[in-house]
Parts: sequence; structure tokens; C-alpha cells
Amino acid sequence: MPSYNMNQLRNGLKLLIDRDPYLVVDTDMVKPGKGQAFTKVKVRNMLTGRVTEKTYKASDMAEGADVVETSMQYLYSDGENWIFMNPDTFDQVAANADAMGDTPQWIKEEDVCQITLFNGSPILVSPPNFVEREIVETDPGLKGDTSSGGNKPATLETGAVVRVPLFIQVGEMIKVDTRTGEYVSRVKS
Amino acid sequence: MSRGEAPAVAWRPRGGRRLLELRARALGVVRSFFARRGVLEVDTPLLQTTAATDLHLDSVPCEPMPGVRAYLPTSPETAMKRLLADGSGPIFQVCKSFRRGELGSRHRPEFTMVEWYRPGFTLEALQNEVDDLVRAVVVAVGAPRSPLAATATVRYEDVWRARLGIDPHTATAPDLRQLACRHLPAERDLVQRLEVDDLLGLLMARLVEPGLQTDGPVFVHDFPASSAAMARLRERADGVPVACRFELYLGGLEVANAYLELTEPTEQEARQRRDLAQRAAAGRPGRIDERFLAALRHGLPATSGVALGFDRLLMFAVGASDLDEVLPLSWEPEPSD
Repeated sequence: MPSYNMNQLRNGLKLLIDRDPYLVVDTDMVKPGKGQAFTKVKVRNMLTGRVTEKTYKASDMAEGADVVETSMQYLYSDGENWIFMNPDTFDQVAANADAMGDTPQWIKEEDVCQITLFNGSPILVSPPNFVEREIVETDPGLKGDTSSGGNKPATLETGAVVRVPLFIQVGEMIKVDTRTGEYVSRVKS
Repeated sequence: MSRGEAPAVAWRPRGGRRLLELRARALGVVRSFFARRGVLEVDTPLLQTTAATDLHLDSVPCEPMPGVRAYLPTSPETAMKRLLADGSGPIFQVCKSFRRGELGSRHRPEFTMVEWYRPGFTLEALQNEVDDLVRAVVVAVGAPRSPLAATATVRYEDVWRARLGIDPHTATAPDLRQLACRHLPAERDLVQRLEVDDLLGLLMARLVEPGLQTDGPVFVHDFPASSAAMARLRERADGVPVACRFELYLGGLEVANAYLELTEPTEQEARQRRDLAQRAAAGRPGRIDERFLAALRHGLPATSGVALGFDRLLMFAVGASDLDEVLPLSWEPEPSD
């Protein structure tokens, strides 16, 4: 892994600090009085999300973390882990519940997900930005009401609950933005 | 003329006409302030033949004539002291200063400095003048900082005692390391590698300075003897030496640095040679400015002097968090890789 000198530190770099991967979110130089310069870096732990400050001497090197972002295809879940495959090399990785977060409620087999690998293991799995899913449960709405602004909860086949317009019925396919959890449109089949 | 497909180059200044007017107004206030007080404006050369000797300042080198190395000034201090020794009387200068490797929200390798010298002034008298100037500039710039809250005068050691319960002038490296580890557990590794001066710097930057974020000017006096640079030393009641120096903080931002100037040439040379030896060990250039020392030997009048960061003063006045917000054009390096 590369190391970075203080002039190379910038937002977005990934550093290895106390064996954890950290994302650089801010850097600044501080130089009190007649003293030596320090580089103050704000970093977010990529495993816990906690933000801390680290200070380096001007002559220090910061060690880079082996963090790679890649696209992989979801194969199946064995109940404990979620298994993904690199479509080019057919390599497989297993993501645990920590890495998955609330992603399982959105994804189906063969979806291509964004995976962040740290030392080759998944630490963050993001679903596709948009998914098309079938409604498996929702209250029957008012037939023919396609205009009024009201909405109701609906459960998707993958488990997520989203607010949908009143006219959407069980068995229909809808498009959802997974970043906001919001209904986008009905999908004509 | 055809409009080509050349990539859009971001050439426009960020601040526009309003920022230019603000800077011009503030500069006008500075010049009329000193004119009214009989302080003469001078302009010393930006091309100097020697690099800075300060331990933690690096000069920007340049080549003004083929094969002739020169340096841009980290401040106009030595040049202005030659004028003082020659009998100039009170003088001020508004000039660019340059510090190699300094870049951050409050640092640029090039910045505007207001530096002035007041023969016969005590540091207290100089503090009053700095206070007057800062207030005049803030008023001229207008909201949101105007009018400024009351001025506070504190000692460096009192700020430390209040925040960390320690006397910075007598604290040992192990004391400071323990303190740093307690307050900054994430910096444990760094702290073990630092000695007294750097520990004081780290604690000052991370823990003490944030406590100076008030709405009015805060003048901090009597810095550690090790950071005296070109200031005189005096002894505290218990015999511990402190530097006759003050710094002005505005909103937690270090804006000005003043000395009761060291006029004694032997002591000045000894300090510079000590710094140079440490610089040489680290492979950094620096050379004694013999003309400056000769001027001191001729005789520098008893004087106080101060350097004020003009851009930082504007940052405070307009409530900016980055120098970019008050500079006509940003520092825009070409990508080097």
C-alpha cells in the first residue's frame, strides 16, 4: 500500500490507522506561534462511522489502507452471510450483517451491488440506486384514484416498506430509489 | 472568430468587485492610520540574499539573475531593522511575505503582512496601537463584526493554567505528554515522538487556542523563552525567563505577533547560529544575514515591533473560515503529477 506525505493528503484518501480503514474528510495545516507545522486531519472510521481528528508532523508519512470499491453480483444468502461474485473473475466474497446494513431489504439475486473491500473483505455493500420490485402487501386503495396526493405503506418482495400512491395494488411492480427509500414510478409489465 | 472547443478554464476571481473594494478600503484605513500618527511607509526589497534562519520558517528560493540565488522574505523584519538602525524613526510596511510549504485554511505560501516598528514604545503602548488599528479596520469593513467587543489582555501561562491547569514555562516533556494523552487519546503515537516545544505547540493548537475564540481582541503576553526568536527575554518573579512578546487572537485566529525587539547583537547572533545548526542537521538552508547583524552592532534603538496578517484580519472581519474568501485570487497551483 502507498504511504502519503503531508502534501499529498487530501479528502477522499483512505488511511490505515490502528489497523482500521479511515476516510479522510478534511485536512488543514496548523502552526501555532513560532512552532513547527502540524497537519490536522479529520478522518471517518469506515467500519464504525465515527469521526476523529488525527495530527501529523510535517515530516510524517500516513499509511494508506487497502480499500477498493468494486461492482459485484449478488448470488445468495446462507442466512448468516451474503455471497457476491466478481462477474469477470468469478471470485466470490461473503459479506456479514455489519457490512450489509439495511441493504438486504432491497436486493434480489443477480443484482449488481457496489462493494467496498478492505484487505479483500467486504465492509460496505450498497444496493443499486434504483430497483424494480413487486408489491407483496398493501391496503387496497381507491380504484381509479390516480391523482389525489395521498399515499400508503407497501411491502416489497425483498422486505422494504415504502410509501406508494393509493392506486398501487398488490402484485404490481414499482421502481424505488434505494438511496432515499422513495417510490419513483409504476413499472408497466 | 470561431468559438473553439477549448476546455473551460476557471479564471474568474471568486470575490468580485465587492471584495476588491473591501480590501482597498481596509488598506486605505491602514495607510491613513499610520499617516496620522507620523509613521513613515517604507518598501524594502522582496528579493533577499539570505534565507530565513528561524527553526520553523522556510524561505521560497528564486533566481532573479542567471546563477544568482535569492529568497523571498518570510517577513520584512531584518530589512526594516536596517532602516531603523540607520535612524529612520517609526516605519511601517504593507508587503507580501512568503513561507515555503505553508498551505491550509489559514496559511498560504504568499500572504499580505502589515509590519511596523515604534522606537521608544513599550509592548503595552504597542498593544494599544494594534488594538486601535484593528478596530479601525473592522469598522471600515462593517458588519458582521462591527463594533468589536472589549479587549482582553492575558498572559500565556494564565491561559494554560485556566484550560489545562499547568504552568507551560516549567512543565517537563513527560508532564506535557501525559496531559496530551489524557486530552487527545487518538494522538498517543505522535505525542511520544515530541519534545517540549512541539508538545506546547500541539496542545496550544488543539486545546488552548480554541478557548480564545471570543468576539473581541485577545492579547496574549509572555511566551516561552524558547520561542523568543527576535524578542527580548525577561525574568518572571520566580526567575523563569519568558519572552517579551505578545500575540493578538481574533476569534481564535492568530492575527499579529509583536516583540520588544532584541537589540543586543551577540545574543541575536547566538540564537541564529543555534537555529542554523539545527536547520543544517535537517538539511534545510539558512544563512546569517551579516548586514542585519552589522546594523545591530551599529545600534538598533530600543523599539517594539509587530507583524500583522492582513488577510487573516479580513477573515475575522467578514467572518470567513478560509483565506480564499478574502483573497482577490486564490492560490492555484498547476498539478505537478
